[in-house]
Amino acid sequence: MSEKNIISAQGVRFSYSSAEEDKKPVKEILKGIDIDIKSGEFVAVLGRNGSGKSTFARHTNAILIPSQGVVYSNGTDTKDEEHIFDIRKSIGMVFQNPDNQIVAAVVEEDVAFGLENMGVPPEEIRKRVDEALKAVDMYDYREHSPGMLSGGQKQRIAIAGIIAMRPRCIVLDEPTAMLDPAGRREVMSIIGRLNKEHGITIVLITHYMDEAVKADRVIVMDEGKVVLDDVPKKVFSNVSVIKKAGLDVPQVTELIHELNRSGLSLDPCIITEQECYEALKKILKED
Amino acid sequence: MLKDITIGQYFPGDSIIHRLDASFKIIITLIFIVMLFAADTFAGMLIGVTFMIMSYLLTKIKPKIMTKSLKPVLPILVFTAVINVFFYDGDVIFRLGFIKITDDGIKNAAFMLIRVVALIIGSSILTYTTSPIALTNAIERLMSPLKKLKFPVHELAMMMTIALRFIPTLIEETDKIISAQKARGADFETGSLVERARAIIPILIPLFVSAFRRAEELALAMECRCYNGGEGRTKLRQSVVKPHDYVALIISFVFLATVIATNVILK
Repeated sequence: MSEKNIISAQGVRFSYSSAEEDKKPVKEILKGIDIDIKSGEFVAVLGRNGSGKSTFARHTNAILIPSQGVVYSNGTDTKDEEHIFDIRKSIGMVFQNPDNQIVAAVVEEDVAFGLENMGVPPEEIRKRVDEALKAVDMYDYREHSPGMLSGGQKQRIAIAGIIAMRPRCIVLDEPTAMLDPAGRREVMSIIGRLNKEHGITIVLITHYMDEAVKADRVIVMDEGKVVLDDVPKKVFSNVSVIKKAGLDVPQVTELIHELNRSGLSLDPCIITEQECYEALKKILKED
Repeated sequence: MLKDITIGQYFPGDSIIHRLDASFKIIITLIFIVMLFAADTFAGMLIGVTFMIMSYLLTKIKPKIMTKSLKPVLPILVFTAVINVFFYDGDVIFRLGFIKITDDGIKNAAFMLIRVVALIIGSSILTYTTSPIALTNAIERLMSPLKKLKFPVHELAMMMTIALRFIPTLIEETDKIISAQKARGADFETGSLVERARAIIPILIPLFVSAFRRAEELALAMECRCYNGGEGRTKLRQSVVKPHDYVALIISFVFLATVIATNVILK
């Protein structure tokens, strides 16, 4: 295992063991997954409901332990219970519903929660809380009650609570699924900034294609397996595989795919509107 | 509809009472309660009430807000006072058939009325001037000696914090469920008391289910943020005890001593 991989899943299989005595056959959720995530990468994990993407996410910080195979997080085997808090310190996790992950009734108290748990001295907590709130542009709201904030703002508070712990990697499990378009934009721009400016590894679990396009790398999961794993351009050019996995491709890719099917020969790697516009303009001029 | 309810009302301000340390405020409130129950004479009661009025004036909270806190208990107060008037032995002042009013009855009723009203106002001063978070932190600090007896002090404070955090969320949710059930034709306004009580079940069940789901997710999120119980935890806000906290404490002890003194002297 190389040091450069912040998360390394090797042959991970997982099934929920049934609590009842009758040992009913349980459904296997992860069916042998190998994923290496390099330090500093921005990875999007796509998949329909039940594809195992959230289950994979929960393996990254030892909330779930693989039934078979190993997960190394920040170099530590997640089975190692002694280091469980070291793993959670270095791999932060943000969930879908911002309401259910905010603990305290004041914004800054909530951001401080993780640090208080870690036993960081008060002056240091103050400093890190202020830094984290500034990083998500929520410093002015530090004394507000989270109940008064919008969904996007609450999610940014949740992210601030994680970055205050100074993790090397943040795993976000559908962080925008419950937000309105404005909230989604806010959260996505923060995520991009954390990756580019702070060098934090981002693992974004999502089912929005336009969010996945922004990543350095896209992993598509279906039925507990990795179906595709490549740069966004390459992944989205596999239109048929993506459709089989129950997902939609970005609209631009869909358009190119349809045009190619009806006889044109456009570059299947086009994923942004600008690229598409240029390509179409070129063709129209040629005619 | 439900949003109008505010529990643990707190009116932010910058008065001396607001700035007092929360755990001192709790202790002073307890001293005040002892004062009220120790007072046996009208003079003693007057001293207690003076103490309360003094502290109230320092809070700079509008009298309207104070009277509002008394309104809901007023009928009960009047009722118990009336009962007290009739059921005490002593020198009979007035008699009509089996109903008699005695001087002790009147005295007891008056004392009880003053005590309860002062109690409500006194504790309102505490909650009106202290933020819920400061209050929970203070309770955790005051109860920390109990840790030695294996009493789960930190857990209790954590539960209070989370409860305070989720009250608005759950109120909002209840509102949504009520609307959803109304849209399905549920009737909450008419029918007998039993029927109306039964109509609450379709609100309570979804509310409980959702609260449990929230609890599960919250527990997961807390685990992800290294929550491991109270062991080795630090706090963002360290409370610093200032001289004026001790001054306030001494003043309230002086009042308590005077009340006890009046009892001894006037008896």
